[in-house]
Amino acid sequence: MATILAVDDSASMRQMVAFTLKGAGHEVLEAGDGEEAYGIAQRKSVNLVITDVNMPKMDGIALTRKLRTLPGYKFTPILTLTTESTAEKKQAGKAAGATGWIVKPFNPEQLLATVNKVLG
Amino acid sequence: MSVDIAQFHQTFFEESFEGLDAMESALLGLDVGAADTETINGIFRAAHSIKGGSATFGFSAVANFTHRVETLLDQMREGSRPVTQDGLEILLQSVDVLRAMLEAVRGDGALPDAMAAEVQGRLETMLATDEGGTVESEGDPQAAPGDGWRIVFRPHQHMLQTGNDPIRIFRELAELGELNVRADTSKLPSLTALDPETCHLAWTLELRGEASEGDVREVFDWVEGDCDLAIEPLGRVEGGGGAVPVAAQAAPADKLPVQARPSAGEGGSIRVDIAKVDAIINLVGELVITQSMLGQVGESMEDSPHLDVQRFEKLRDGLAQLERNTRELQESVMQIRMLPISFAFNRFPRIVRDLSQQLGKKIELKMFGEQTELDKTVMEKIGDPLVHLVRNALDHGIEAPDDRLEVGKPETGVVELEAYHKGGNIIIEIRDDGRGLDRDKLLAKARSRGLVPDGQLPSDADIYDYVFHPGFSTADKVSDVSGRGVGMDVVRRNIKALGGNVEIHTEKGRGTTFTVRLPLTLSILDGQLVRVGDQSYVIPLVSIVESLQIRQRQVSAIAGKAEMYKLRDDYIPIVRLNEVFGDGSPYSTLEGGLMVVAEGDGNRAGFMVDDLLGQQQVVIKSLETNFRRVEGLSGATILGDGTVALILDVAGLIQRFRHGDPSSHASSGPRADQHNAAA
Repeated sequence: MATILAVDDSASMRQMVAFTLKGAGHEVLEAGDGEEAYGIAQRKSVNLVITDVNMPKMDGIALTRKLRTLPGYKFTPILTLTTESTAEKKQAGKAAGATGWIVKPFNPEQLLATVNKVLG
Repeated sequence: MSVDIAQFHQTFFEESFEGLDAMESALLGLDVGAADTETINGIFRAAHSIKGGSATFGFSAVANFTHRVETLLDQMREGSRPVTQDGLEILLQSVDVLRAMLEAVRGDGALPDAMAAEVQGRLETMLATDEGGTVESEGDPQAAPGDGWRIVFRPHQHMLQTGNDPIRIFRELAELGELNVRADTSKLPSLTALDPETCHLAWTLELRGEASEGDVREVFDWVEGDCDLAIEPLGRVEGGGGAVPVAAQAAPADKLPVQARPSAGEGGSIRVDIAKVDAIINLVGELVITQSMLGQVGESMEDSPHLDVQRFEKLRDGLAQLERNTRELQESVMQIRMLPISFAFNRFPRIVRDLSQQLGKKIELKMFGEQTELDKTVMEKIGDPLVHLVRNALDHGIEAPDDRLEVGKPETGVVELEAYHKGGNIIIEIRDDGRGLDRDKLLAKARSRGLVPDGQLPSDADIYDYVFHPGFSTADKVSDVSGRGVGMDVVRRNIKALGGNVEIHTEKGRGTTFTVRLPLTLSILDGQLVRVGDQSYVIPLVSIVESLQIRQRQVSAIAGKAEMYKLRDDYIPIVRLNEVFGDGSPYSTLEGGLMVVAEGDGNRAGFMVDDLLGQQQVVIKSLETNFRRVEGLSGATILGDGTVALILDVAGLIQRFRHGDPSSHASSGPRADQHNAAA
């Protein structure tokens, strides 16, 4: 069981991600944008960050870059949620220090498979 | 484990509709040529969320359509496509299509196939004119040659800092077949020079099995660009200088979106089912009643002979505090239901824009007081009447550009919407600087319809008021937009049903103002308590004109039965409430009796009561939900002493009186009588 920070401005996506991960026994922290996520990340210790890219206030790319500057997040897996149309976004995420990505749309099973790949 | 995705649909629909509204208002705020990057970003984000959600939750038609919208928006925000009038037009239509699609998949109506196909066609045409270059390149899958693969994997020094761990990659590879790993430690520095956070190792891996090259590459997908990777079939003789590493190109990092500025209305809020709020409001209503009962018990103790003064003081302090807290609690709870009127105003920029194009007029819309709050229920019901009034202003009020120039007005007409609080009401004004109402034309029309008897000249106010009569339109020709004469009467009726009213002020050549007055909420009412027999009734204060003592000589019986009261220049019917409700003994004489003159739906009547009690705010309880619908009553309330008081439906009672209900006295209305008398 791991602590996972799920960041998405869309409540329905966040609900689905959180519900799926909780169902697999993980603890899930939720944030609606990068700023909120960054605040949570500073206070809590997190094993994995899953973040949407397009968000208000602070987007997923900026969040990734900022997280990598925190000592506790140097090696933490960070996955971005991207759509197939934004191929360059995968690379933008990686350039900012993201570990990998999950392509939208995904179903709960795919999400769990990817999460298991980076945990443990 | 299996997750039922349908449970997230409700949230998805709600946020999608909100997203569409946000897209629409942002699109309307965009200037062609000088589009604000942040606004476009916001629109893009909304479309992006809808696409992601609809794909995830299985609404592929919505996702496909949104994909094209998103592509167009993406090109706009990256600056590779200018923001044109045409583009905005298509995007606005797309918002309409998406709204209809989402409503359809939610189960409200049919899929807008024809419309969707048309708009999609236009989107594709536009996208094809200048390919933004977002074609997805699918990695061509290569067939697996029997044996397996030799993989030379040389991570760049920083790879660990992306959170990618080689051991996880190997673990994943091992799932594809039999894996043999050999580490290359030749680049490892001496221990003293070793930086534990960088990667100095390289590996040669041999994978035996059925996996294709595509499968293998997929495992290394995330580290592409962070390593040198060479993959070649096993069993092939290595070329002289060893494998040439395929260095993946680093991504261009210059296209990062500008950091977003928080948009309005994004403060912390939670979504709550309206039924929960109503339940709290109801409970607080009960609490108010309980508090009021306790207060009365406390007061009555004051007269008790065995009063413990000290304890009574404490009790009274406590009760006073309870009253204060209850009142504050009630106000805060009512506040939850309050929404800024911008929710109702938001649709107007779009309507004005579309209509002025359709009508060939130049019209500027100005809105004031959008943050003025009112009850959600009132808001929902006032939307359509407001739309009607605004359409009227656009169609009938504002003149065509040429006509305006001719009379020395600026070419562009102005329609203003303003909302503000006044007393316990919200006032909404719809003003235009158009041609105003034509008094003579209205009068002629009223005469031709027999509304005004020959020889009688109504006041100007009365003449203008005729626009609210059913089937009354002064438009010379019926247009698509309005002018069919249905509507203004409905507008007034709907507003009256909410306990408000609408008035009209107009000046020929200068413009027209409609003033809509509405109660802030439908759950509280300012009432006049009256006694009839041994029962208390509430008459809504808003409908009361005056209260007076009856003079017998002013009473005349018309047509044998109907009792009319001569109130200055008017005759109003007398409603004997004791007989209507079968309460109390019949009056021997009317002289000196109390009569409350009240108005409903533009008609007046005098209501006979036995006593005028206090005025107070009452919490309205629905009779329909708690008992059943009763004619002549609009609801009930519970008074401080715990007794129930019924709330009179003034308009309904007058209506019933005019239509000759057997239980009532009069059988004809005041106006009809007046007209007969005049004729």
